Amino acid sequence: MENQSVLHVKNLSKKFGNFEAVKDVSFTVNKGDVFGFLGPNGAGKSTTIRCLLSLIKPNSGKIELFGKSLATDRAEILQNIGSIIEKPDFYKYLSAQKNLEIFARISGATVTQREIAEMLDFVGLGNRAKDRVKGFSHGMKQRLGIAQTLLHKPDLIVLDEPTTGLDPQGIIEIRNLILRLKAEQNKTILLSSHQLSEIELIANRMVIINQGCSIVEGNVQELLNNEETVVRVEIDSSDKAIELIKSNLQISTVDRISATIFEVVMVKSRAPELSKLLVESGLQIQAIEPKRKLEDYFIKIIQS
Amino acid sequence: MLLRNTYNEFIKIVSKPRSFLGFGALTILISLIIFAMKMDGETIVSFITASFEQTLSFNGKIVNGNLIAFIILQMLVVHIPLLVALVTGDLISGEAAMGTIRMLASKPISRTKIVFSKFLAGAIYTLLLTIWLGILSLVVSHLVFGSGDLIVLNSDGLVILQEADILWRFGLGFCVAFLALLTVATLSICFSAFAENSIGPIVATMAVIIVFTIIGSLDVTVFDSIKPYLFTTHMASWRSFFEDPIPFESIYQSIIVLIIHIVLLVLITIFKFNKKDITS
Repeated sequence: MENQSVLHVKNLSKKFGNFEAVKDVSFTVNKGDVFGFLGPNGAGKSTTIRCLLSLIKPNSGKIELFGKSLATDRAEILQNIGSIIEKPDFYKYLSAQKNLEIFARISGATVTQREIAEMLDFVGLGNRAKDRVKGFSHGMKQRLGIAQTLLHKPDLIVLDEPTTGLDPQGIIEIRNLILRLKAEQNKTILLSSHQLSEIELIANRMVIINQGCSIVEGNVQELLNNEETVVRVEIDSSDKAIELIKSNLQISTVDRISATIFEVVMVKSRAPELSKLLVESGLQIQAIEPKRKLEDYFIKIIQS
Repeated sequence: MLLRNTYNEFIKIVSKPRSFLGFGALTILISLIIFAMKMDGETIVSFITASFEQTLSFNGKIVNGNLIAFIILQMLVVHIPLLVALVTGDLISGEAAMGTIRMLASKPISRTKIVFSKFLAGAIYTLLLTIWLGILSLVVSHLVFGSGDLIVLNSDGLVILQEADILWRFGLGFCVAFLALLTVATLSICFSAFAENSIGPIVATMAVIIVFTIIGSLDVTVFDSIKPYLFTTHMASWRSFFEDPIPFESIYQSIIVLIIHIVLLVLITIFKFNKKDITS
């Protein structure tokens, strides 16, 4: 059941005049995934997402959602998707509740007033239901946007850069909301972002796209674990530790930073071996910290 | 889904302050005209009828509610298109400018239905504005000036219509005036599908009306062949109901031309909106 495909994109391309915004994007989102859609600004993420939501007509390629083609079953498919594209924009002159009522009426589902009130409570806007959106902060609009995506109880939620422009508190709130959606409602979530730490924290699978092409797709942890990582070690004697590592772990790239700090370049999955060796050696370890994260992996992939 | 979204569109229209500008402007303008006619109406009308007084004698109250309503319509039908376009020109482009078009177009409603519902909501707004114009011009004028026979000065001469023979003419006149305003509304909705801001479609609509009106009024042979096809030529057809006999043939032609314009403009809007990549 977990591997059942919810969204399948194959060889998608879209041109605006002579500019090829999306050249060849392919990926698959499975049921229950929090799927990271990662790429630098201008990589083609938003164009791809707009294609998925039929806002933009692709020049070629195939988009299948819930086993149906978007080209032929648009209305049926969109009934089962909730989305925020870039920033959530609402009718500023209407209240939060009225905005949700407007979108609920065309969502293809019957949504009661009670459900709207519950949804506003879920995103923490229950006490602002009657207030006009005009006075809402960006974070509040984002939360209202999430409420709007959930109204008709869709199976797939598409969030395009949901934390852009938010302050740290707002980012945490949205991140927690996404995690609650996954934990409490088992939604499948497609999360587009250029904030790599966000994907690393939330997503279980991801695709990286650059210059309109998908470059790599897979499980986030597997992709990161198979990559070389810089492990920073703080210890009472760098020299003894370096000698020990070179002779026992056959790792050649070890940089001495100071008498008590050194860095080892190694596959992340071998980090436990390093820890074990240093602990058993009797040396006093202050810290062992893998430095390489998704940022480094991402930059490496993009540059390659 | 079409009716649900039409209801949505109407809610959006009535929630925007600019939608009440038209009603406010009409109320102020008509109040001013009624006030001016109350103060100086007899002098103005006697100045017009002076040339006929050597051959005709006028008995009764010439400055009455019917005449004032006719004068108001004559004066305002030229300006009301701006008030209509102010709201309908914003229906699609306003969503693009606000960013809500993304949310709207990613819902399970076809783009054709989105256009239709906007057209229907715009038509209801136009109808309400026309009804408000009717209430203010007819009802208030009658309350202030009372009723009486209507004297209309046409290019053919003076037409005197009996009091009992007037109300239905106003009724049908308002229907044709509504059709003309609906054409303007549809034109601005059509422009709205091409634009991403509110001002462009409003200005473009007024520009088209001004240019077509100028072409229609120019007595140049080269324009004679196109004049019958310009919707502006038929915008004043409501006035034909105040002729005697009524030129029904010409009114029918005007109605057909206006309806053809409406249908074509809706089709163009649907085509454009369906083809449009929503990138805003």
